[in-house]
Amino acid sequence: MTAIPDQKKMTPTALDVDRLRQDFPILAQKINGHRLAFLDSAASSQRPQCVIDAVRHYYERDHANVHRGVHTLSHRATEAYEGAREKVRQFINAASTREIVFTRGTTDSINLLAASFGQDIEAGDEIVISHLEHHSNIVPWQMLCERTGAVLRVVPINDRGEIRMDEYLSLLGPRTRLVAISHVSNALGTINPVEQIIAAAREHSIPVLLDGAQAVPHQRVDVTALDCDFYAFSGHKMCGPTGIGVFYAKEEWLERLPPYQGGGDMILTVSFAGTTYNDLPYKFEAGTPNIAGAIGLGAAVDYLLDIGMDEIQAHESAILDYATNAVGGIDGIQLVGTAEHKAGVLSFNLDGVHPHDLGTILDHHGVAIRTGHHCAMPVMEFFGIAGTARASLAFYNCREDIDQLIEGLHLAIRMFN
Amino acid sequence: MAETQDLVTLYRQTVLDHSRQPRNFRRLDPADRTIVGHNPLCGDKMTLYLNIDQDRIEDLAFEGTGCAISMASASIMTEMLRHRALDEVQHEIESVIGTFEPHGQDDTPIAGAMAALGGVRAYPSRIKCATLAWKTLAAALQNQNTTVTTED
Repeated sequence: MTAIPDQKKMTPTALDVDRLRQDFPILAQKINGHRLAFLDSAASSQRPQCVIDAVRHYYERDHANVHRGVHTLSHRATEAYEGAREKVRQFINAASTREIVFTRGTTDSINLLAASFGQDIEAGDEIVISHLEHHSNIVPWQMLCERTGAVLRVVPINDRGEIRMDEYLSLLGPRTRLVAISHVSNALGTINPVEQIIAAAREHSIPVLLDGAQAVPHQRVDVTALDCDFYAFSGHKMCGPTGIGVFYAKEEWLERLPPYQGGGDMILTVSFAGTTYNDLPYKFEAGTPNIAGAIGLGAAVDYLLDIGMDEIQAHESAILDYATNAVGGIDGIQLVGTAEHKAGVLSFNLDGVHPHDLGTILDHHGVAIRTGHHCAMPVMEFFGIAGTARASLAFYNCREDIDQLIEGLHLAIRMFN
Repeated sequence: MAETQDLVTLYRQTVLDHSRQPRNFRRLDPADRTIVGHNPLCGDKMTLYLNIDQDRIEDLAFEGTGCAISMASASIMTEMLRHRALDEVQHEIESVIGTFEPHGQDDTPIAGAMAALGGVRAYPSRIKCATLAWKTLAAALQNQNTTVTTED
């Protein structure tokens, strides 16, 4: 897989996690009398001090509106905002900053594409998604289908929570206009074979959107090597601020696609006779953007690259193996999602203890996990369950976090049995 | 430790007992009224069956899945309200919802069998679990046929 680094260059988990944890002030606190074992990074990660400082510095020293003023502060704000765009470009190896659109997050990025690309969709056209998708990569397409009479085609999954590639290939056809699939599943952690997915779509000249919200924080992502048309991700899952995200699209697409929202900053000239749209990527950034969010995201990119994405992936993989063995070894545990290729998500159920009760008991033990359907109700429906308990990892997690989870699970078993 | 004590107060033996072996956990067929209660946030879903004889609940039963709190609350509710007059039932519903909804620091004792669930008041995120069955019953008594959700 292109997104997975050269194995030879990957060193076994070499992260100094104790030192990295000190970068995260939030992790130092006690929760209900226990050390905090934060195992909910798939919902939202925590932020290192350098990201908090970058946002603070911006508001304390450099804030003004971007792209407008001739004064010093506006110049500084614009430099920092556009500097962040260049950092993001390098981070995902896009060809140009013209291809990096700042959005509110993954959901906003997907809605941008559905609204803009959707203007050219007709009744009978088909959009292909998978059964693994987060609601944010289902609902915008359902809304588009309702609006246009297009048809949503859903690639099924197998019992391990993997996309059935044979079914995927058979769904691609002359009416397929777009493939929209997650790079990594948020509910189960499945890493989808995106290279094969893209290659097959290429043969039919079908563009591909990858929902990369759960991939970008955990592995090296190279959009040029992937050769995907569109890629969406969020800042807040990769140590950046909330309310900032990225929509990557190949320049040729951004040239062709109509704007998403209208307003200031996305125009060159406006008169009542007509409007000329701004150059890329500004054509897709109407209104004053989330300047502080973008700057914080730029700081997060610097921070992650300083650690090294390959090192992050290797460490998380080692912790996931440790957690899978430890949790999977407990009597009464069923792991949900056992794909061959997985990122740092462990979804499970415990006999006789509802996930919601488990969440409350674990919280008492200082362990933060997510419980419920994880915004992926169709996945839960496939497995015939209402929800799962989900422990999800980031590079700042260590074995001690998993040991604390195990203690909490035993506490729940003692209480309920 | 204090936090363990809180947990024990939340998951009293009575609550665990009702959740493991819910009372009146069956389908009524025929039923005068059938209504679904749903908490979409956590997936709890229960179907409530109600038979009314003149101004009295003749039978009250439920089926479904949910957390210990929502199952115990539904189970206790069916035990409390079977054979009770409708005006009394209405009063009980208002009283139970009233004691849970202000949530948080409210230490007012809860009357009757629902007292076992008093520990829930220290957990704002779990209040909806305790009130789902009661809100569903309230809707059934108003002759609603739609699904009741906690997210209205």
